[in-house]
Amino acid sequence: MTKVLMKGNEALGAAAIKAGCKYFFGYPITPQSELPEFMARELPKIGGVFLQAESEIAAINMVYGAAGAGERVLTSSSSLGIALKQEGISYIAGAELPCVIINISRGGPGLGNIQPSQSDYFMVTRGGGNGDYRHPAYAPATVQEAVDLTMEAFNVADYYRTPVIIQGDGMLGQMMEPVEFNEPKKRDLPPKDWATKGTGGKREPNIVTSLLLATQDLEDHNWKLDRKYKEIEKNEVMYEMYRMEDAEIVLVAYGTTSRIVKNAIETLREEGIKAGLIRPITIWPYPSKAFDEIPDSAKAILTVEMSTGQMLDDVKIANEGRLPVYFYGRTGGMVPTPDAVIAKAKEILGGVE
Amino acid sequence: MAVVFGRTKGLTEKQTHYCPGCTHGIIHRLVGEVLEELDILGKAIGVAPVGCSVFAYEYFNCDMHEAAHGRAPAVATGIKRVLPESVVFTYQGDGDLAAIGTAEIVHAAHRGEKITTIFVNNTIYGMTGGQMAPTTLIGQKATTAPEGRKEELAGKPIKMSELLATIDGAAFVERVSVHNVANIRKAKKAIKGAFETQLAGAGFSIVEVLSTCPTNWGLTPPRAMKWLEENMIPYYPLGNLRRPEGGK
Repeated sequence: MTKVLMKGNEALGAAAIKAGCKYFFGYPITPQSELPEFMARELPKIGGVFLQAESEIAAINMVYGAAGAGERVLTSSSSLGIALKQEGISYIAGAELPCVIINISRGGPGLGNIQPSQSDYFMVTRGGGNGDYRHPAYAPATVQEAVDLTMEAFNVADYYRTPVIIQGDGMLGQMMEPVEFNEPKKRDLPPKDWATKGTGGKREPNIVTSLLLATQDLEDHNWKLDRKYKEIEKNEVMYEMYRMEDAEIVLVAYGTTSRIVKNAIETLREEGIKAGLIRPITIWPYPSKAFDEIPDSAKAILTVEMSTGQMLDDVKIANEGRLPVYFYGRTGGMVPTPDAVIAKAKEILGGVE
Repeated sequence: MAVVFGRTKGLTEKQTHYCPGCTHGIIHRLVGEVLEELDILGKAIGVAPVGCSVFAYEYFNCDMHEAAHGRAPAVATGIKRVLPESVVFTYQGDGDLAAIGTAEIVHAAHRGEKITTIFVNNTIYGMTGGQMAPTTLIGQKATTAPEGRKEELAGKPIKMSELLATIDGAAFVERVSVHNVANIRKAKKAIKGAFETQLAGAGFSIVEVLSTCPTNWGLTPPRAMKWLEENMIPYYPLGNLRRPEGGK
């Protein structure tokens, strides 16, 4: 298949359509507006529906309705818009419906700015709304990976009946790269016999709800959700180990930041410093097992993020106190430079006996 | 023995949780009868709100989806847009529709969303225990308006039907009451008209039903009916505000 040059935001939309998604509900926000604009152009051509909602809250609740009716459905937004969607995401997780949500994140807190940022890590990996729930969150580093993971996300959503987040940032959304569209691995997807499509007079009514008033019922439901999340943790973890075989310093970075870190690693190696990278592709479930594969040569871990240190918590949990953990972060739309990462790595190794 | 009165097929056999004398039961029955008479139960999907009628999904005998507080029109939009041949309705109270869900109801009407809304106005938050609603009358006591609603503090009660009737996408808007038999019959006619508007693809349809809350009003059911008639109807006049051209 030939590759086409596409902008990240548009490639995400194209991937969703390739995955069989015909419905999009959203609200404009920078830096992801090319995605709804693409869907507005393309969905009517295939008999689908693009609808611009009155708010992010309405958009996610439209997604809730469409997902309940058994259709593949997408919404996208950026950071503060995703924060508004948390009400609906919690309901969708509670009612066990599938959908995909794309977050092309920007600087915060509050209105922040429109530059790239990774400061939504807590929101998208901890179940950002109320209640005991999680959902898979994929963090692509390239436009090609964004395409692959978006197509996979629809299958994962249907397989586990869960919302799934694609976590990118303004850089990924705005950059142009060559992409091709490949079928994701086959999954045996369960029938959507729970969907509210009308009984047709042929079956008992279906009910979509997250309300369980009896305490024992809700506890049972929460443990059932928890078993599902354990299953996802067991089966769906994705990560990349890059030049780790003899690494003395282990860098950890995800998304676009990982590309900057890879550049830094090349330079460090040219200078004789053995650096490697653990790159989480799923940020939930977190690839803790990657940290069990760190070679004995490693002396320290350096986490690099476009935040003041959010994934850092997961790195410390996964490291289980085995190695000293350091952090380098830029925030507010400031992007780490390879030189700064290199300097930090050298500083750490200089101080580690 | 001949059966002269039975349960409508539009309702399940589940006993409702509503307080004695509450008019939700009457309104549920009217909606159920209309769904049965129009023979649309099999393609109907109802959206339940948050509030007293939160369990409506257990009572209507069709597919049901429970929405977040105020978001029923958005959820209904999502369902109807992916299943345009279905019949989608929301059942919402005045706290749900006229406060937290004003954006969703206004924009569903504005888009001419082909859904039907049953809007139950009893001028109070019932489920949470009698707090003031946007619809609470001036001087009416509520737990969060212990001396009665004051205009200078909370404004005048909001008239949702009049507001929605200004919107072109709202094809059918009518306010009815269920305080006596004659009005119950008119209410059923309006609910049928609203669903027929949806079936004709004419646009958004809503029926506002004036309802009682004996428990939180602190009145017996008969006195609550009288209170509705004497206090609510003068402020919330009954009648049709919009119907499709050529509609009955």
